[in-house]
Amino acid sequence: MAGKTLFDKIFDAHVVRQQDDGTALLYIDRHLVHEVTSPQAFEGLRLANRKPWRVGAMLAVPDHNVPTTNRLRGIDDLVSREQVETLDRNCAEFGVQEFAMNDKRQGIVHVIGPEEGFTLPGTTIVCGDSHTSTHGAFGALAFGIGTSEVEHVMATQTLLQKRAKTMQIRVDGQLGAGVTAKDVVLAIIGTIGTAGGTGFAVEFAGEAIESLSVEGRMSVCNMAIEGGARAGMVAVDEKTIDYFRGRPFAPQGALFEQAAADWRKLKSDPDAVFDKVVVLDAAAIEPQVSWGTSPEMVVPVTAQVPDPANEPDPVKADGMRKALAYMGLTANTPMEQIAIDKVFIGSCTNARIEDLRAAALVVGTGKVAANVKLAMVVPGSGLVREQAEREGLDKIFLAAGFEWREPGCSMCLAMNADRLEPGERCASTSNRNFEGRQGQGGRTHLVSPAMAAAAAIAGHFVDVRHI
Amino acid sequence: MQAFNTFTGILAPLDRANVDTDAIIPKQYLKSIKRSGFGPNAFDDWRYLEPGEPGMDHSQRTPNPDFILNQAPYDQATILLARSNFGCGSSREHAVWALTDFGFKVVIAPSFADIFFNNSFKTGLLPIVLPEVIVGQLFKEVAANKGYQLTVDLQNQVLKKPNGELIAFDVDSFRKHCLIHGLDDIGLTLQHADDIRAYEAKRRQTAPWLFLDQA
Repeated sequence: MAGKTLFDKIFDAHVVRQQDDGTALLYIDRHLVHEVTSPQAFEGLRLANRKPWRVGAMLAVPDHNVPTTNRLRGIDDLVSREQVETLDRNCAEFGVQEFAMNDKRQGIVHVIGPEEGFTLPGTTIVCGDSHTSTHGAFGALAFGIGTSEVEHVMATQTLLQKRAKTMQIRVDGQLGAGVTAKDVVLAIIGTIGTAGGTGFAVEFAGEAIESLSVEGRMSVCNMAIEGGARAGMVAVDEKTIDYFRGRPFAPQGALFEQAAADWRKLKSDPDAVFDKVVVLDAAAIEPQVSWGTSPEMVVPVTAQVPDPANEPDPVKADGMRKALAYMGLTANTPMEQIAIDKVFIGSCTNARIEDLRAAALVVGTGKVAANVKLAMVVPGSGLVREQAEREGLDKIFLAAGFEWREPGCSMCLAMNADRLEPGERCASTSNRNFEGRQGQGGRTHLVSPAMAAAAAIAGHFVDVRHI
Repeated sequence: MQAFNTFTGILAPLDRANVDTDAIIPKQYLKSIKRSGFGPNAFDDWRYLEPGEPGMDHSQRTPNPDFILNQAPYDQATILLARSNFGCGSSREHAVWALTDFGFKVVIAPSFADIFFNNSFKTGLLPIVLPEVIVGQLFKEVAANKGYQLTVDLQNQVLKKPNGELIAFDVDSFRKHCLIHGLDDIGLTLQHADDIRAYEAKRRQTAPWLFLDQA
């Protein structure tokens, strides 16, 4: 019999019972909760007179609606404020641990989960948020769910699941200088397409993935969903294990070593068979910039805006024309000639300490270009922000003309006050360039933190390898 | 959840691939703590000429005449036809709530994003996957016949065209059962509460570090 994939190992370890039709009742170890997708689930519990099954398996944080400035005065937007206060009330009523808005541990749910050691290898982790795939970077099975499933997990600590197909995406060889985890995942999505991973749990592997830090692996797994895969994962190695030493929710002492021994088994067996294998050559990956309104619409910074006239598939060509019209771009324009209005460094994709260090390194003593109306850095959590300030990164950004903000999702999806105005063009380290994502009529170009910093200084996209 | 019965309804053609959940229901409407009332804001950016915010009287906004769901008879549609990868992006179940609140009971596409597909069944919206060529054919037929209708028979897993032609579709048997009977998943799962407790007891032995909250 062939060996098991990492996905199958974790899935099998969590099956409570199997239905005749192949649907499994899967036990959920960790449930992260935020203010946007939970109120209707808490309300459902109340209406049915149910209590959470295991309240200690939950951790809540407000992140989507929170302001990134003047936080001590509260939330000006009354509708946002009500949603955040509803989370506070629900957590108090049901006894769920919450890092409230002014707790220094508050931050983006996918940043704080690992930071606190709430996320652990080998666990099943869910959250009412598609970027839950981020946690797969630690050899966990993590995926986003809708609000009905949030309520199901609250009430039963389980989910009904069909086993996903497995895909291995191997990035062989070594990345060139200036090429980051973000470029890797954008290149992967450009290769497989936004629906390439639909129905699959993806395991990222190969020398280039192994060489990434755990934070880099988080950026890769974070965007698995942009390739259609609900779950992205990476095998456990010593970097993974070391990451969790001393984290508040992680086991300590002898229990940690017992856990670590178990975690070291969290990798696909050498003879495991995947339903699909995709291979990329790391050396061929260049810094990426998205040009359209879907993350698969991405090219190397050295390339030009693609021309729909060269696309044989009429449905695709039509989609490209719509995207060019929305983005206000002309086919065949070199990417490096595209000027920007705003820069956003943040989001669950790229707001961890290494991301901020990479951006600050590129900024150096430079100044934000005159044509850039706003450049902002939004750390992923209060603890990331503190760490960055200890290292003096805030001073580098502020001296260059960036704004240094409080942690949250911010302009990744513009549910708070941070947004693009119609027609504004943004170099963004976030994960989605959909129409209206960063504000109605806003134009998003997805890039790495280093590329975003370089664009801020130049006023247009530039190849960070030449700086 | 309401039981899903056989019905005949107007098919609205939304000729786009990768329709994402941000397009189906823009972020500003996710601030609601309710489960209803999203219908007027389904496809908000495409549907109205002015930007929208929660709390506005949306009936006073200017509909975009070019958007298909603003054109009769598609404003009465109950079946949505779209291209591949429908519902990609954010996990927001609000997208499903917006579609059902608008009046849709079925979405037909060559493929769906996984989370949207899952969410649909939880709210009684039936996502039907059909091969690209059949979807392409439906787009042609609806363009040629204004007010084109389909009958959706979930029990027998067929769509019936106006000319009587049948199109068979697949659906997971358990999900079909839940839809047809309008069953609440949570109630069903809690019938297995003893199994869940037994799993936890066993797991606590093999992986005690996962139960520090119960130490």
